[in-house]
Amino acid sequence: MISFVLRRLASAVPTLFIVVTISFFLMRFAPGGPFNLERPLPPQTMANLMATYHLDQPLWNQYLTYISNAVTGDFGPSYIYKDNTVAELIGKGLPYSIQLGSYALLLALIGGVLAGTLAALRQNSVLDFLIMSVSTVGVTVPNFVVGPVLTLVFAVVLAWLPAGSWGDGSLRFLILPMVALALPQLAVFARLTRGSMIEAMHTDHIRTARAYGLPPRVVVVTHAMRAAMLPVVSYLAPAAAALLTGSAVVETIFTIPGVGRYFVLGAINRDYTLVMGTVVLIAIFVIVFNLVVDILYGLLDPRVRHD
Amino acid sequence: MTLANIKLSTAILLGSFLIGASPVLAETVLHRGNAGEPQTLDQAHTSINIEEFILKDLYEGLTIYDAAGKVVPGAAETWDLSDDGLVYTFKLRADAKWSDGSPVTATDFVFSLQRIEDPKTAAGYANILFPIKNAEKVNKGEVPVDQLGVKAVDDKTLEITLERPTPFFLELLAHQTALPVSKASVEKNGADFVKPGVMVSNGAYKLVAHTPNDSLTTEKNPEYWDAANVKIDKVIFYPIDDQAASVRRFEAKEMDLAYNFSADQLDRLRKSYGEQVHVSPTLATYYYAFDTRQEPYSDVRVRRALSMSVDRDFLAKEIYSGSQLPSYSMVPPGMASYGDPAKADFSEMSQLDREDEAVKLMKEAGYGEGGKPLNIEIRYNTNPNHERVATAVADMWKNTFGAQVSLVNLDVSSHYAYLQEGGKFNVARAGWVADYADAENFLALSLSSNKTFNYGHFENAEFDALMKKSYEETDPTVRSKILHEAEALLMKEQPIAPFLTQADLWLVSDKVKGWQDNAVNAHLSRFLRVSE
Repeated sequence: MISFVLRRLASAVPTLFIVVTISFFLMRFAPGGPFNLERPLPPQTMANLMATYHLDQPLWNQYLTYISNAVTGDFGPSYIYKDNTVAELIGKGLPYSIQLGSYALLLALIGGVLAGTLAALRQNSVLDFLIMSVSTVGVTVPNFVVGPVLTLVFAVVLAWLPAGSWGDGSLRFLILPMVALALPQLAVFARLTRGSMIEAMHTDHIRTARAYGLPPRVVVVTHAMRAAMLPVVSYLAPAAAALLTGSAVVETIFTIPGVGRYFVLGAINRDYTLVMGTVVLIAIFVIVFNLVVDILYGLLDPRVRHD
Repeated sequence: MTLANIKLSTAILLGSFLIGASPVLAETVLHRGNAGEPQTLDQAHTSINIEEFILKDLYEGLTIYDAAGKVVPGAAETWDLSDDGLVYTFKLRADAKWSDGSPVTATDFVFSLQRIEDPKTAAGYANILFPIKNAEKVNKGEVPVDQLGVKAVDDKTLEITLERPTPFFLELLAHQTALPVSKASVEKNGADFVKPGVMVSNGAYKLVAHTPNDSLTTEKNPEYWDAANVKIDKVIFYPIDDQAASVRRFEAKEMDLAYNFSADQLDRLRKSYGEQVHVSPTLATYYYAFDTRQEPYSDVRVRRALSMSVDRDFLAKEIYSGSQLPSYSMVPPGMASYGDPAKADFSEMSQLDREDEAVKLMKEAGYGEGGKPLNIEIRYNTNPNHERVATAVADMWKNTFGAQVSLVNLDVSSHYAYLQEGGKFNVARAGWVADYADAENFLALSLSSNKTFNYGHFENAEFDALMKKSYEETDPTVRSKILHEAEALLMKEQPIAPFLTQADLWLVSDKVKGWQDNAVNAHLSRFLRVSE
């Protein structure tokens, strides 16, 4: 097991390297640069800025400098948020994104699995139909619609919850963004669970367990659930990576100080270093969660063993 | 008044005295919506008004804008200008202090201005202070930084020498780029001098906390020379780039001020919030430029006819829901040093009369129905509102002259790059936002020597001569008269057709007192009060 984890971590290094290299050059092929504004800067000012940020050097040179700095954890200064380095921005924002994202992940996972299981056990009932309709809405209605509707209802009209901001970080402030963030993932978890649960309930070993006269609760929870969780667990990796690295839309709507918006803002403003920093962050999250999922697989499914 | 009433009113009176005398006064807080996250709090790198609102609460420049948007003394109490208009001598306030208690000195200002122009600083707005002697040369690295025309005569006397007389120099000093930094703090802390807990500032407020994309908190600076008159104890800025979210937080009463909202919300918000909705004309003009290098736009009659036939009221009311105002002058109204701008001669006519006159002019020029065909291409930068304006204008030109009008749009950087690099066109949309509150900033766009911003390459010797005269004139009244003559000429020639004066949209809660709409959009928190 330990050697499996070590092997996987070692293979992450070339993966990260390739991701960084491709994004570095892709970013530079986009037209314009960080200092091309609506009103052109005087040539002298432009030259001063390019020199300050070493953007006047040949591209391969910039690339080598970036890689060698990145290895030491120096991801350079942000070109938009000039008072901060990229590492500082991500360092400040990440705890907020992780906290909100974990709540949302928990809500999506528990809520989704519960709803999906209920729907599967009452297949083709009104309850099943209801849960699946709601989850279709959850997947199809984007959170830039859900977010404002939630605030209008709960903050403006009913005045029960704040309309935005992290505030003191208490649950009161986090409920609405958490729900907006969790809803689409909750819907996916519900649909996945329902599908695999129905399938699991028809397998031979469940039929056997039933034939033995095991109580329905034991059949569902200890036997069917375990098999039905495999697709859910494999979806956990992308879901966790997406939720924990923040969402530009939800953070903007609710003024959450997380890192989600930096990817989009960085790309629009050609803030090369900020985009690179977020790309590295997301890549690391995806790699780590895939590894976690593979380990979970081994625990859940006797057919998968990492020796 | 009955006895019971007297008792009651005495009790209320007593109560209010008690509250007034109580040492644990409730802290007054202003919750200020700001239209986005500041990119920097460094005066050398700031460029947008989101930063300006914060920086001007934290720092005080030599001159400032008061609540009405007029230039008044700030850190400088008085000043003199030499007879040749070249040397300003500023007397700093004797009691001006930094938030760490140290005095604000002329050396701090020398250091700050040198820092802006130093090429090593790479300040994006360094050019706004180029009227200072040698500033441009310093910024280009041609002469050393200490050659900048700024000198500390003694601790409280600052001398600034100019390259040439610059009548709007006091306006430039009110720009956020000219705010001072504490020399001691910057030398000690380097780039970190902008961080909470480190920043030393000389304005009415000091920086307490900053969580990017969440909030920025400032507190009253007890060392500020006029601290006794600063009524709000704490100002919290909320950076909200989503305009709809900003409106919702104002409606949820989480913010007292919200800046910038979508114009299509204007009617609804006016219905719900009445006087709390502010549409404040700003120093920005929305206009169409004609390419005067080619037929038929080289003919003043064609330009005038096209301009006259555009119904500005329709654009302002129907497309912008009244969030922009009809305009007939290049210089927007509300500029203290200029007064009422010189409007186009047809501004007083009714739209129907204008159209009759326009048809006549176009016929004289030999275009349109019965003459040479009129094929017009309108170029604009991609944006739903600009598209609606272009469509409406195209319609007006079709109906009035039977013109064939086509529309072309490019993304904003490509659009402006094309115009600024001298690309040919027929008619193009453009906008100009004042760098400083002076008419020259708008009129200089049409100088024949202005290769970048004179998109239509308008050339008029008389206009150029008037502008040249204005640069040499040091008497502000005479200068303003010359600039008016120049604008009147420009509006007669119509190489550009101004359509709209843009406006800043604010939601100002009833709780906020002392708010005044002004064209420079200056709203220092120290001039505001909050009542519960």
